Amino acid sequence: MLIKKPDDLRSSEITPENLYYDRREFLRAAGLLGIAAATLGTVESAHAGTQNGQEKDDLTPFEDVTTYNNFYEFGTDKSDPAENAKGFKTKPWTVKVEGLVSKPASYSIEDFIKPSKLQERVYRHRCVEAWSMVIPWQGFPMSDLINRVQPLSSAKFIEFQTLNDPQQMPGQRSPVLPWPYTEGLRLDEAMHPLAIFAVGLYGKTLLPQNGAPLRTVIPWKYGFKATKSIVRIRFTDKQPRTAWNQATPNEYGFYANVNPEVDHPRWSQAKERRIGEFRKRPTLMFNGYADQVGRLYQGLDLRKNY
Amino acid sequence: MAWSPPRWLRPLVFVVCLIPAAWVVFAIASDFFSGTRLLGSNPIKEAEHFTGRWVLRFLMFTLAVTPIRQTLGWNWLQRYRRMLGLFAFAYATMHLSIYFFLDLELAWGDLWADIVKRPYITIGMAAFALLVPLAVTSTAKMVKRLGGKRWAALHRSIYVIVVLGTIHFWMAVKRDITLPLIFALIFAVLLGYRVVAWRRRKLTAAAREAAAPPTPRRATA
Repeated sequence: MLIKKPDDLRSSEITPENLYYDRREFLRAAGLLGIAAATLGTVESAHAGTQNGQEKDDLTPFEDVTTYNNFYEFGTDKSDPAENAKGFKTKPWTVKVEGLVSKPASYSIEDFIKPSKLQERVYRHRCVEAWSMVIPWQGFPMSDLINRVQPLSSAKFIEFQTLNDPQQMPGQRSPVLPWPYTEGLRLDEAMHPLAIFAVGLYGKTLLPQNGAPLRTVIPWKYGFKATKSIVRIRFTDKQPRTAWNQATPNEYGFYANVNPEVDHPRWSQAKERRIGEFRKRPTLMFNGYADQVGRLYQGLDLRKNY
Repeated sequence: MAWSPPRWLRPLVFVVCLIPAAWVVFAIASDFFSGTRLLGSNPIKEAEHFTGRWVLRFLMFTLAVTPIRQTLGWNWLQRYRRMLGLFAFAYATMHLSIYFFLDLELAWGDLWADIVKRPYITIGMAAFALLVPLAVTSTAKMVKRLGGKRWAALHRSIYVIVVLGTIHFWMAVKRDITLPLIFALIFAVLLGYRVVAWRRRKLTAAAREAAAPPTPRRATA
């Protein structure tokens, strides 16, 4: 058996012990989701590398990832979602795929996930509020689904919508944001291999505060571009009207690409605080994924299209 | 006849006012050096917000002294006003220090950029700048030097300070304005009380003046 020498490994690539053990639990949880055992054997792991070698990208502790959340459907304090989402029902769960698509359908969450091979993706997560985390997600590329449902050639955008249920989501009882939370991507952005649907993190089924049972992860964009607890996916020819953009258009644009050079009107985006660290670190263009996604925005004025 | 508080009340109030400050210093140190989670996942941000809210609370306490004293007749409260006001200043200094030392990490350029580019920072800084002369002139000596009237006029700038402070908080929150709204309502009551009291004083003065010249003796009735 070949054993890799420790110094060949970057610390960010080492799976912490607890994650290693959690993995088994994830497999069990995934089983509950109705995913074929054959798929599970091949959970792939991919860590998109850092661009500046100096900064370490250690995983953010599970506790921070699951208690420091912006999920306004469950309250506006960072600690609210973990508190208020406790009894959130994710079963049964239906995801509708509609709009400009050859195969519109209404999926049970199990059927939505089943055809895809789950992969592990360790991504940097950069909030527009200038803090960041590193999270090991389990999920599958958005392109899997898009290829499956075959959008029409007229489809240019994809829109995601969160569940609208003020009974279960107390935050929706006040109009802090236009409900239901709606987000969207250009279709070519959604087709990018880094864009995923996530169903788990740290080897466990997603917790409600992180967007269970299904959310998007677009690691080169600010966190608010992700949609949690998705019930509707719509293909369209018009740029979707997105939640934060509708609420405060001068502060939140449609693109929301992480960009250290374009400030939020109320704070600088040049630096960020990695949760758990005392000192700030510089924010990287496209959150450090510029090599992979830069080509999507060639010729686009990123200052105007913030 | 007037009730006066026991001797130990003053040091007790002082120590109680120090508790939030002591707590936040301890919590930051403990979170970073002992791995506790007293301030949650983002201790510096939390400490910044925590001290900011205490500034507004102490401004609120300071402004509440006069209305409470006048309506309930608790004249002894007056002697606590300076302490409360100075605590507002102390918490403001702490708030600003956390922002500059821990959040901005002493980056003067960033500080300047924040002040000129971001109105809520500009307003917060203005509020702090206005607090400084009030703290400096808070001693009995300074009251004497300025003379009561001038001193009082200067210290009326606290009304401007609370308005600026509330606007600063209101503009800083992302979307949920519940808490800034609560502060705004409380300050509206505290400032409104003064407007009403001032108008009443003006009216009675005018009435007295109107009544005074023809029958000066009856005016005292």
